[in-house]
Amino acid sequence: MIAFNKYYNHFNLLSSVLIVVSLLLLIFKGLNFGIDFKGGTLIELRASDSKINVSSLRDRFNQMDLGDVSVKKFGNDTDFLVKFENKDNKKNIIEEIKTNLDKSFGNSYDFRRVENVGPKVSAELLKSGVIAISLSLALMLIYIWIRFEWQFSLGAILALFHDVIVTLGVFSLFSLEINLSIIAAVLTIVGYSMNDTVVIFDRVRENLRKYSDIKIFELTNISINETLSRTIITSVTTLLALLAIYFFGGEILKGFSLAMILGVVFGTYSSIYIANTVLVRLRVSQKTVLREDDQK
Amino acid sequence: MLYFSKLRIVFITFFSVLFILIASSNLFKFDDNFFDKKINLGLDLQGGSYLLLEIDNEPVIEQKLQNLTTTIRNYFKEKNIKINNIKIDNQNIFFNVTNDDKQSVLDVFKDENSDLNPYYPRFKSHQLEIEDTGLNLKVNFSRQGLIKLKTSSQDQAIEIVRRRVDEVGTNEPNILKRGNNRILVELPGLDDPMRIKSLLGKTANLTFRFVTNDENDRFGVEKLKFENDLEEATVSKRIIISGENLLDAQPKMDTQANQTIVSFTLDRVGAKRFGKATSTGIGKQLAIVLDGKIISAPVVRDTIASGSGQISGGFTFQTATDLALLLRSGALPAPLEIIEERTVGPDLGQDSINAGMIALAIGFMLVIIFMFVKYKIFGLITNVTLIVNLFILLGVLTLFEATLTLPGIAGIILTVGMAVDANVLIFERIKEELKDETNNILAFDGGYTKSRTAILDANITTLLAAIILFFMGSGPVKGFAVTLGVGIFTTLFSVYFIARLFTSIYVSRNKDKEKLI
Repeated sequence: MIAFNKYYNHFNLLSSVLIVVSLLLLIFKGLNFGIDFKGGTLIELRASDSKINVSSLRDRFNQMDLGDVSVKKFGNDTDFLVKFENKDNKKNIIEEIKTNLDKSFGNSYDFRRVENVGPKVSAELLKSGVIAISLSLALMLIYIWIRFEWQFSLGAILALFHDVIVTLGVFSLFSLEINLSIIAAVLTIVGYSMNDTVVIFDRVRENLRKYSDIKIFELTNISINETLSRTIITSVTTLLALLAIYFFGGEILKGFSLAMILGVVFGTYSSIYIANTVLVRLRVSQKTVLREDDQK
Repeated sequence: MLYFSKLRIVFITFFSVLFILIASSNLFKFDDNFFDKKINLGLDLQGGSYLLLEIDNEPVIEQKLQNLTTTIRNYFKEKNIKINNIKIDNQNIFFNVTNDDKQSVLDVFKDENSDLNPYYPRFKSHQLEIEDTGLNLKVNFSRQGLIKLKTSSQDQAIEIVRRRVDEVGTNEPNILKRGNNRILVELPGLDDPMRIKSLLGKTANLTFRFVTNDENDRFGVEKLKFENDLEEATVSKRIIISGENLLDAQPKMDTQANQTIVSFTLDRVGAKRFGKATSTGIGKQLAIVLDGKIISAPVVRDTIASGSGQISGGFTFQTATDLALLLRSGALPAPLEIIEERTVGPDLGQDSINAGMIALAIGFMLVIIFMFVKYKIFGLITNVTLIVNLFILLGVLTLFEATLTLPGIAGIILTVGMAVDANVLIFERIKEELKDETNNILAFDGGYTKSRTAILDANITTLLAAIILFFMGSGPVKGFAVTLGVGIFTTLFSVYFIARLFTSIYVSRNKDKEKLI
């Protein structure tokens, strides 16, 4: 049996630090919102001429008076991602750009993807993203409240918040782009993290009923160990699937799968070291579950 | 938990085979049209354009208020009620009444059978609201009145949008209402939406009006620019004929002048008015105005009574075709603005499909190998289940003709990764049971029973996330929610029916074997 409980305090400290650092990052550095949430125009461009590179493209675009233009390589050497704000929401901006690029590069390039999100739509998308995440957290809270005693609910929700905040913190730290698919990833992380926590909690509760003489500090450790191989196997298979998406699923899914990978790692960790330590700190005992049973 | 009746076995087999067949109809064409449903590919996979249009209702409201002031003025004039100083300010109509007439004016607006102010019994609301501010009354659209106005202009606009898109001839466009002032246009397979965008961006409000030098024209005048933005002309506000009078418009080659023109045919009313105007206006310039710009202003040389004519204006064949199309499909009730556009080229779509399929294959292989190494024979059972699960998932998506997007493929891969969870929970539980239970069958039974709550909890939480995502997400992300959500149900089916069936067969054949798992 692995003594997970030996490190409860250490990891609680670590998690607190992680959460504080993430919050500071989110407040002071903020998130790198993509055009979905900030509005603007995105062009994915494929070049068939080596003359076209990041600096020549940047030159061309800067001459067009589009405001702040970002030009990046996208996946391989011939693909580029161009983003700009399109502040005035000009109507024929894409056509203008095409005409302009044609002058310098002829037809040795191709627009593979064009996205243009107006300021109204981006504000709405951001709003509905925030609502979606809040709503999912609220629903999880209600669900876990119905299924478990309040001490368990608190543990599970704290673990959830930890996962969401730290994942977003990592995105802030590395200025990774937040777009619609990241919201999808965060919601899935919420589901996954909850799933992981619930499996261990289920066992904790079962053991609480079974053993009256074991303290919660020990009991959580027993439960974690009993479910450990399931925790590992499920995390591994999920991570295998996600790694396959990350490495082979194309550039568009990279951000999504990275967020999910982080979420699965944090989710697994928090189920063990946050959710359970809340039970220990709240001194959950056999009485906690038996009282609830009596009421039912 | 381990016992299966014959009937249930038949049912499980039938169900699985059925869905495998349905899923495979995506790959093969069945000869007898036994099943011709297919999974739809999202725009991000097949390439195409997604346009979200917003109707700018301000001009419509302004116009309606304009008309209303006339109606109100005439209405009270007829009833011998004095109102004066009627004017529009900031989407409100203001007018003055005398103290004696005030109550009767208010009554007219508040009467449920009022001709002036329609009443919507369903919403218990009038079209217009009147506010009593002394002897100066304020009238504006009520909330319901505005909603009615918006939905009606949306209804008209979507009809026009549909006609224009159909005329361009893209395959299977999808045109839907969004809210009460937006229209969603999905154009699969269209990698350059430039033409459609410019067609949808035009209101196509066509009028024929005389050019005049008389500043005191009875109908008022306005200065309008020509299409080239250089020249200007003063044009009367009196409309001779408008786009509504057109029956047909076609691009033509004028062989005499060797230029492309748009020829048009007028309806009866239009023909009459056109004939009259051209007979009295010989020698005058008749301006052809489209969306506030003069296309051309030819001099009337002859009376045109035939009800047909032509517009020239230095068109190329393309611009003439587009103008004819716009005129045929009619004018939009209000200008449309493209507030969101997402276009994916077909080759990127194909690349995405390929990448998604490779990721799926590799993810699948990794999971299968891992499960086999970890659980041997039970890993094999899990893997067979996993494959059947994948087919059932695809089958269900096919049955509902769901739209598969790139995130949707990610959802399938994720389902594969997470689907083993339920089986792992069961197998691990069985292992624990076997520690103090010597009877294999009882241990297996216990494993299934005792793991059930955890499995249900786990799947319900993921399902909740998927449901929220489905309702809040848009486009491609919605596809993810669909595959993730459907994946949960197919996973539960395959774990509790298919995997359990295999397990029960294996366990009952190896009742006395030690270290079964």
